[in-house]
Amino acid sequence: MSTRATFLTGATALVVVAAGAGVRSFAVAADAPAPQKMTALGDWLRMLPDGTVEMYTDKVEVGMGVPTGFAQFVADELDIPFDHVRPMLGDTSETVAAGGVGGSFSTFAGNFAIRNAAAEMRSILVNAAAQRLGVPASQLIVRDGVIQVPGDPSKSLRYSDVLGALTPDPKFPQTGDAFFTNLTVPAKPKDWADYKIAGSPLPRKDAAGKAFGRYPYVVNVRPPGMVHGRFVYPPSIGATLLTVDESSIHGIGDARAIRVGNFVGVVATHEWDAIRAVRALKTSWTGASTTLPKQSTLPDYLWTQPSIKQSVAKGGDVDATIGNAPVQATYFWPFQSHANMGPGCTVVDVRSDGVTVWSGTQKTHALRQGMSKLLKVPLEQVRVVWASDAGSYGRGGLEESGAAAAFLSRAIDRPVRVQSMRADNTQWGNKAPAMSGRLRANLSNGSIVSLDAVIRQFNGNEILSQPSVAGSFLAGQMAGFPNDAVVYEFGQYGEGSAKYEIPNYRSSAELVAPFAAGNSPLRTAHMRDPEGPGTTFIIESFIDELAAHAGMDAIAFRSKHLKNPRHLEALQHVASAAAWDSRVSGTVKRTGANGELIGRGVAFATRGETIVATVAEVGVQPKTGVVRVRRLVCAHDCGFVVNPKSLQGTIEANLIQSMSRAIYEEVTFDDHNVTSRDWATYPVAKMRDIPDEVKVAIIDRPTVAPGGAGEPSSRPTAAAIANAVFDATGVRVRTAPMTPKNVLAALRA
Amino acid sequence: MDKTMTLRVNGHAHDVHADPDMPLLYALRDQLAQENPRFGCGLSQCGACTVHVDGKATRSCVTPVSFAEGRSVTTLDGLGTPEHPHPLQTAFAEEQAMQCGYCLNGWIMTAADFLNRQKNPTRAQIKAALGSLVCRCGSHVAILRAVERAAKEMSA
Repeated sequence: MSTRATFLTGATALVVVAAGAGVRSFAVAADAPAPQKMTALGDWLRMLPDGTVEMYTDKVEVGMGVPTGFAQFVADELDIPFDHVRPMLGDTSETVAAGGVGGSFSTFAGNFAIRNAAAEMRSILVNAAAQRLGVPASQLIVRDGVIQVPGDPSKSLRYSDVLGALTPDPKFPQTGDAFFTNLTVPAKPKDWADYKIAGSPLPRKDAAGKAFGRYPYVVNVRPPGMVHGRFVYPPSIGATLLTVDESSIHGIGDARAIRVGNFVGVVATHEWDAIRAVRALKTSWTGASTTLPKQSTLPDYLWTQPSIKQSVAKGGDVDATIGNAPVQATYFWPFQSHANMGPGCTVVDVRSDGVTVWSGTQKTHALRQGMSKLLKVPLEQVRVVWASDAGSYGRGGLEESGAAAAFLSRAIDRPVRVQSMRADNTQWGNKAPAMSGRLRANLSNGSIVSLDAVIRQFNGNEILSQPSVAGSFLAGQMAGFPNDAVVYEFGQYGEGSAKYEIPNYRSSAELVAPFAAGNSPLRTAHMRDPEGPGTTFIIESFIDELAAHAGMDAIAFRSKHLKNPRHLEALQHVASAAAWDSRVSGTVKRTGANGELIGRGVAFATRGETIVATVAEVGVQPKTGVVRVRRLVCAHDCGFVVNPKSLQGTIEANLIQSMSRAIYEEVTFDDHNVTSRDWATYPVAKMRDIPDEVKVAIIDRPTVAPGGAGEPSSRPTAAAIANAVFDATGVRVRTAPMTPKNVLAALRA
Repeated sequence: MDKTMTLRVNGHAHDVHADPDMPLLYALRDQLAQENPRFGCGLSQCGACTVHVDGKATRSCVTPVSFAEGRSVTTLDGLGTPEHPHPLQTAFAEEQAMQCGYCLNGWIMTAADFLNRQKNPTRAQIKAALGSLVCRCGSHVAILRAVERAAKEMSA
């Protein structure tokens, strides 16, 4: 095991830094003494008689190529062809619970266990071959699965010739916890610099299957006897069910209604009948449990509510140094919806001897716990089988269908497939929290001497990122399970954003209470890079304001407040890749052919070990307030790059999704419910909105352990765009998303 | 009133007994176990459910099944196979033009119809032709590369 792995599994400080604001619970877990748990090598890797290897991992394929990267490590450690490694993903009866996918941890924290397992498998097999061949193991090399003495072809064996050495399946201590689960083995994996298969742009193992329509998706799971289900969402926030008139669906095929507490669902043999029935079913409900504030007042609402939890980090003495704080600004980031491409589908088969769940969740083992609690059956009787669903980006609404399918299957003793409808997901899925930041700063000689940042928001983790408790499912809440496992999570300067060298700073984060304790369409949960895009929009916009106030170029000003050479290099790299024109922003007027005002902006962010600097070039129509992103250039340093092709795709998609969030995405609501229901009322970026150029400039560090890449490049985009809008127009847009309405309001202010 | 209708799907004739107004999507998925037309919105807003009806890209989530009666329906796996791929499937696989891939059916089926009608399209024409599709993962940049690559091959 490498020094770094030891450090990671034991070190709270690094875990906190890696996790950002969000994942403090894991830091606590990492502090606890590691239980001496043993797992078999075969729980991670199994070599078959034909020399191919099955790789078992709970890091499921959410579209970024993590299992492919793991397979590259395994092939490299064993010196077998890449296509001899077959990822076996997510099944709770076959994989070790290691936190699943989340927090950009899969490769960053998960690589150690799989590399160790592969190194140990190689070591066991090579030692067995050495004994059989009568030569010291140190004299043996492996090429394409053939163990050999270099230069002596008579002395060689295939791995398959010595497979007996893996029986009985050897066991090793499992250390660490959750994402940091590791396997402690005598063998040592290769040095980072020695990898050849890992590090190369091999094809993602899911790509061709997806293009030919052959990749397994949960929407296509059809166990014998399966029927279709749907459930009725409350008409308004906090409403509870009064009556159900089952006669209202008589005659719609064989549809029937099933009630569990305030949960009411329908089942039918044919999917169309289930859909017609859920629409036709007459139900009555109490009124809303609360009246939501007028949406336009949400920024003020955040500041007028009492704060229920606070987190403060500080250095130096802000009060003594902030003076009259010549630069002050307030920013707002809205509620956003995961709005998953498919609204979520789960098939559940509840039987007297056990429960099988087919789901596309990021976290199968946690869902197993959640199902066990929802159904009140022992954990060992629940199995979750993974098949891809739409991209989840955290905990949106995909799992909601599972809680409903569980209740319905239990009631009718048959497997039930529930696929959510569009509004079920967009309107009633979990939301990313709205937040507002108030910042003040004092400068001296072009440097920040004092910074006071306060961010107010709804809890980032009201609904746990792990679907492990019954009350975290909306259907669970409706059935009577309270949401009693809330974790408090903040977006904070220095954690949800990059941290600069500032002698005096105070970073305060405050949470306001949720609108309702249960049945709320504005309950909040992790959405890709929880708190990151919002916090970074706030902080990096403000840093840009300070640069302009100091009369300095935005990259030079940031560099002046950074020390870490990798941070500085990322900024230099993006400047060079974007051909950055170094000058004070907002001082040069450029007009495009179509009358749009053109500007460029930069933003910088770290997330865990990963460093990102993004430059945006925008065109702003001064009359309409339409912002068009002309160009995005992203410098990305996540250490060792396991697969540059997968990484490029991941970053490109992060850039487009985060651009979409920056310009188009805001959950709307009226007095009693969310009114964003579909793609018309919750618009996202489309083909016409795609920049003319998207450039990914990867900084490869072949000797530095990999950081995460699933989220970091989502982080700086919004601020880079806002800063470019300022450069183009001379006006700060401090309210996201940068819709024509919000941009015009700023231009006319 | 339910009735029996004959649909031709990927070259094979099937009888479907259903409400003629039921969306084609449910006949294909629920009754004929077709895997690739996907439910995304049920509102014709995203395109994930797209199939070809007599060669024309059609959103099956809002098209009554009766419309397809006696016509020829093609789905993504009917468009090509790994052995006999459609140029778009090759291009999407090579460019890895997807993240989760849930929406992919819509992009490939819509682009296939478009490229059949339009040789040597400009980038602006491609963007317009694909303008009403949704990819929530943001794979648009790779998708554009893949479609341009296939367009080149199909126009050669």
